[in-house]
Amino acid sequence: MGTWSGSVARVSVQPSVAAKTERLLNLVIALLSTRMPLTKARIRAAVPQYQDTASVEAFDRMFERDKDELRELGIPLETSVVDPLFDDELGYRIDRREYALPEISFTPDEVSALVLAGRIWSQASLAAQANAALTKLAATGVVLDDRSVVGVEPRIRTQEASFEPLRRAVRDRRAVTFDYRKADGTLAARRVQPWGLTQWRGRWYVTGWDAQREAERVFRLGRIVGPVKAVGSVGAYAVPADHEPRVLVRSTEPEVVDQPPAILRVRVGAGNTLRRRARSIGDIDDQWSLVDIDYRDIDGFAAEVAGFGPDVVVEAPQDLQRAVLSLLREAAARHTGAVPGEQVRR
Amino acid sequence: MNARHVQESATTRLQRLLTMVPWLLANQGVATERAAEQFGVSTDQLESDLALLFLCGTPGHLPDDLIEADWEDGRVFVGNADAIARPLRFTVDEALTLMVGLRALGAGAGLAAPDGVLGALTKLEAATGETAGLAARVRVDLPAERGGEMLARAQQALHQHRRIRLRYASARDEVTERDVDPMRLLNLDAHWYLEGWCHRAADVRVFRLDRVESLQLLDLDGTPPAHATSRDLATTPYQPGVADVVVELELEPSARWVAEYYPVESVKELPGDRRRVTVRAADPGWVRRLAWRLGGALVVTAPADLVAAIREQAHAALAAYPPQVRS
Repeated sequence: MGTWSGSVARVSVQPSVAAKTERLLNLVIALLSTRMPLTKARIRAAVPQYQDTASVEAFDRMFERDKDELRELGIPLETSVVDPLFDDELGYRIDRREYALPEISFTPDEVSALVLAGRIWSQASLAAQANAALTKLAATGVVLDDRSVVGVEPRIRTQEASFEPLRRAVRDRRAVTFDYRKADGTLAARRVQPWGLTQWRGRWYVTGWDAQREAERVFRLGRIVGPVKAVGSVGAYAVPADHEPRVLVRSTEPEVVDQPPAILRVRVGAGNTLRRRARSIGDIDDQWSLVDIDYRDIDGFAAEVAGFGPDVVVEAPQDLQRAVLSLLREAAARHTGAVPGEQVRR
Repeated sequence: MNARHVQESATTRLQRLLTMVPWLLANQGVATERAAEQFGVSTDQLESDLALLFLCGTPGHLPDDLIEADWEDGRVFVGNADAIARPLRFTVDEALTLMVGLRALGAGAGLAAPDGVLGALTKLEAATGETAGLAARVRVDLPAERGGEMLARAQQALHQHRRIRLRYASARDEVTERDVDPMRLLNLDAHWYLEGWCHRAADVRVFRLDRVESLQLLDLDGTPPAHATSRDLATTPYQPGVADVVVELELEPSARWVAEYYPVESVKELPGDRRRVTVRAADPGWVRRLAWRLGGALVVTAPADLVAAIREQAHAALAAYPPQVRS
């Protein structure tokens, strides 16, 4: 494709988009400027681009499409009967009070909070929407003074491809299907009515009703494989009023069990993240410290301890010892250095 | 730019214009570049938007009915646009971003004044009505940092441009003391990071707050040098360097997530849902630790000396246990 054909594409597409934008904007202005609903005939006369349509039928089709598209943007386009005596004649208008964002005044602290709230999405799929929301507030005269929060960048990420389709499904209350990777690594097809999206400890989860299991379920977005497909109609189900997504998500995480602390031998100068959480630290000699530390989930903690390699040794309890030893043994056994297919020599 | 022109729909452009008019009315005389930046478009696009406004107006479409738009000397003026002088209400998605964001701030990261969060939330809920119910179904947590106290002090240093003294345990598990001029405070997923000019390294460094052992505000100006530039942390706080070691890994299905979590150079899907991954590391210490943590679900295949180190040190770790436990 050369430059020439590229410029043709631009010339052929751009004017029609510009013409349509102009038509829609003129329509919005006309409907906002009238107190009385406008009949289709008057709308056709009021918008220059409609006057140019070849026939009444062509105008009708164009207006019906435009009307739907404006409503999709959230513009409250009202339909009403123009004259009670002739109730087959419909009129259209947009109520300015329904249309406009109400005037809101915010305190400086509230403004700082709003600026940070918008910034949270700056690396996420909703960045444009957050920016549009703040721009609208600025357009009502709110001064978005961000001096007190310069350099502060709280943010969440929505890297999972499944985030956007699931967010739309939650918004529209529409069922979805997807493939889900179970803990053992196998895939299973799921059909879910999504109720909520929750980000917890840096991970996204969707909560909802699992149609096959007929039960509430939690799914981690990072384990959804392939596309999320919307199925069925919009608004197809109600979300239980008492649904608290975070409670459901937490219930899938390991419980905090009241148990005695682990006793670890930690090499001097190492295990600093463990030392900071320790209940108590004592010196064994100039090489080793003895560290008492609380933990929640034995598998997670065993992995953390194993990560220190020879710098941390578990003294107690025994099941933690076993879990750490099993990880280290596996790691040693798999790192033979042999090229796949080559004979392993010892 | 061509791609943008071809892709943008009339409704997307209309949405922008309906916000642009009131924004320009509230910011009369704003520089063209500033306005373009606000709407995330080029100045050419902005000017073509203004030219389009110029053609629109109230029925009749005589010169007096049309919107006035003037951007001759790099400053934008707009007038005669009463009908669309106020922005359209928030869309569901727009309202959602602010309300979910405010709830996350309110949940206790300690970044914003609680009154400010609550006040803004109450006012937005009143203005947006039914969206509030939906916003409650999308929940975000910002990571809390030890009661928010460390975070609050770092924020104070940033705001007051004060130098700070850190005691810091690095990823290599070494504790150092450093004086830092703070530049940014940000979180990535579940962790908070402080970016600043480190006087010890004479370079920009990123510190993970949960590895900071103590943070002390000094009575010294903490303005970073003019040439200190923020790193692009959009993906990860880790920055590849020229001296890096190229490490090859194989991931079992249960460790597939490693390819998403760490900055990998390449990912190749293998049979049986396994993955082969290449990463660059300035110090492969974290790879070694990850290999032990994952107990064989992550296998390093190159370089050979790293493979040997992982094996030999795992054996050394095992040898520290009494024989009856080991068997």
